[in-house]
Amino acid sequence: MSGPLLELDGISLSFKGVKAITDVSFKVGEGELFAIIGPNGAGKTSIFNSISQVYRPQEGDIRWKGKSIMGQRPDHIAGMGIARTFQNIELFPHMTVLENLLLGRHIRMKTSWLAGALWLGPAKREEMTNRRAVEDIIDFLEIERWRKHPVALLPYGFQKRVELGRALAMEPELLLLDEPVAGMNLEETEDMARFILDIRQELGISILLVEHDMGLVMDVADRVLVLDFGQKISEGEPAEVQRDPAVIAAYLGDEAGLAAADS
Amino acid sequence: MRGRPGLYTSYEAEAALLPTRTRKVALGLLILVLVLMPFSLPVIDQIPFVRFLGDAPWLRVVNRALIFCIAALGLNLLAGLAGQVSLGHAFFMGVGAYTAVLMGGVSTPHLWGWGLPMWLWLPASGVVAAGVGILVAPAAVRVRGLYLAITTIGLVFIGLHLSRVFEEIAGPGALGRKWPKLQLRLWKEEEPFLDFSGNGHWFWFDVNRTQKTYYFLLALLVLFALAAANLARSRTGRSWAAIRDRDVAAEIMGVAEFRAKTTAFAISSFYAGVAGALLASMVGQMNPEAWNLLLSVEFVAILLIGGMGRVSGAIMGTFFVVLSPRFVEQFIGWTADQAEGDGLFSGFWDLLVVVGSGDFGLISVTQQALGFPLPASALDEIIYGVLIIVFLLFEPLGLFGIWVKVRNYWKGWPFSY
Ligand SMILES: Nc1ncnc2c1ncn2[C@@H]1O[C@H](COP(=O)(O)OP(=O)(O)O)[C@@H](O)[C@H]1O
Ligand SMILES: [Mg+2]
Repeated sequence: MSGPLLELDGISLSFKGVKAITDVSFKVGEGELFAIIGPNGAGKTSIFNSISQVYRPQEGDIRWKGKSIMGQRPDHIAGMGIARTFQNIELFPHMTVLENLLLGRHIRMKTSWLAGALWLGPAKREEMTNRRAVEDIIDFLEIERWRKHPVALLPYGFQKRVELGRALAMEPELLLLDEPVAGMNLEETEDMARFILDIRQELGISILLVEHDMGLVMDVADRVLVLDFGQKISEGEPAEVQRDPAVIAAYLGDEAGLAAADS
Repeated sequence: MRGRPGLYTSYEAEAALLPTRTRKVALGLLILVLVLMPFSLPVIDQIPFVRFLGDAPWLRVVNRALIFCIAALGLNLLAGLAGQVSLGHAFFMGVGAYTAVLMGGVSTPHLWGWGLPMWLWLPASGVVAAGVGILVAPAAVRVRGLYLAITTIGLVFIGLHLSRVFEEIAGPGALGRKWPKLQLRLWKEEEPFLDFSGNGHWFWFDVNRTQKTYYFLLALLVLFALAAANLARSRTGRSWAAIRDRDVAAEIMGVAEFRAKTTAFAISSFYAGVAGALLASMVGQMNPEAWNLLLSVEFVAILLIGGMGRVSGAIMGTFFVVLSPRFVEQFIGWTADQAEGDGLFSGFWDLLVVVGSGDFGLISVTQQALGFPLPASALDEIIYGVLIIVFLLFEPLGLFGIWVKVRNYWKGWPFSY
């Protein structure tokens, strides 16, 4: 592949006149770990929802491997190879960890309702093959002991992991992670950072990561986009972005920004 | 190698419907008891209820329960698994019943009927109901929760109206018409090779028609329950559960919501259609008003009492809801006898039931309109109502939940934790 995997081109989104995203453009290349940071309410989750086509931006275009995905159904987007996690966990609470992960395999399975009802050879075989794929993810994320538990009963940090697992089960080419370490303690954050790096290195999945806090992003991201009030205020490598006066202003207040610009 | 309970050595074993040996044995025994139930046998008769349920008047009620189980399993797929609580189930049962009578019924100058054999009209009753389900799905799939319930109530009223208009199919007025019998024949006028609707011999045994119907329905129920359980553990069932739990997230994970819900509607209607056809054929003659809202509500009650989303819950709930009114009737009858007799507690029972006019009591066994004292027939509706509230408040998993608790208690015996 020569072009970028995902490309947002002049996206604007508003809710009844309230602008959530204003003219945002960026590209995520293959194998890249691209991060979007910005304070709460900056429009990060709205960008994810636009990519999933849960929200329909009024202006601009979103392209996947060069082709526009605007107007597609969310389940088609998933089928193209884009998986995501959610800022506020969106697991299926009454299903077990195993069932949640197997649901992630939905797009990779073919069994029709009739074959499922009869449970004959092919349906059963497909179920077992996918079960094995899911077990690998369970091993990778170290959640063996929770396998049979309804996810609603799991501690928060493990729910976050299961959600990551469910997205991985989809075997995506691009993984969208919405604040994967929000609300986690230091140890849990380190575990999650390790998983993210492993996913990228061992599985070769490109990642679009959203965070509101700089710490994790600066360590793991190749490139960073900074968003404030729905607008792009900076983009570049982590070190560059960190020095950008506009970013410092947005994060630390205007005076700090001016001081940085002076020096 | 001897298996240890709770230790699975393959994913196949773990995904089995009956993953442990205990459960396999238990279900095997249950089926054995069910098969032998209609006959008086020394060992089987010792099991509580069995002798009692296996005999004529009660076996007919059991047959009705078996049919209701099929319909309840269908609604369970839609409401329990896919989360779409529909009050249109009675409508789809009616669609199935009228498909059966149109295809299998006898034609007269005023009635349509093609006289086709059961192996055609029974599957067709399910298929036609499923087809109608697919037709109405686009309207039903767009609304959720309370709005879905109200939309599907609309179906019941449309159905009732249609059955009054098309007297050629439904029969004139409240009389209805005769349904085809439960018998298997190759073609229209031929002798049935398997007749579930008349007394006769099977092998060396005398079998009456109630017993034959029982075996036929039991076999059908096993098939339908198996299919429902398989659906629940396969890709389709998981996508339904995902939509039930979080529909937007399910879509983002790749579940085609519209399609999945439509499939759930169609399959659930198939179950309802077959059950409706069976019910009408077993009863023999149906008033068109039978396919009413109360019947739909009964199935929601069954699922609430039995436990949403479980095959065993739907079956337990059905037996409870279908059999308990008869138990209550029997009990009231018994108390009336007590009140009139001169037993030790006849005075107490006399206070409870009204036997003749001018008598005081809470429940009346004499024919009379609603009011006070309560007519005995209103009692089972009140019992339902109370039970639904009790289950909603205290045991959302229904009878299934209670069963799990009992099972876990015995697993931990003698420790209660
Ligand atoms: N569904 C919605 N309806 C109305 N406003 C919304 C909706 N989703 C997001 N917004 C608004 O868009 C802005 C950006 O929100 P969001 O994308 O969630 O920010 P972030 O994820 O960066 O915290 C906020 O002002 C929020 O109130
Ligand atoms: Mg957000």
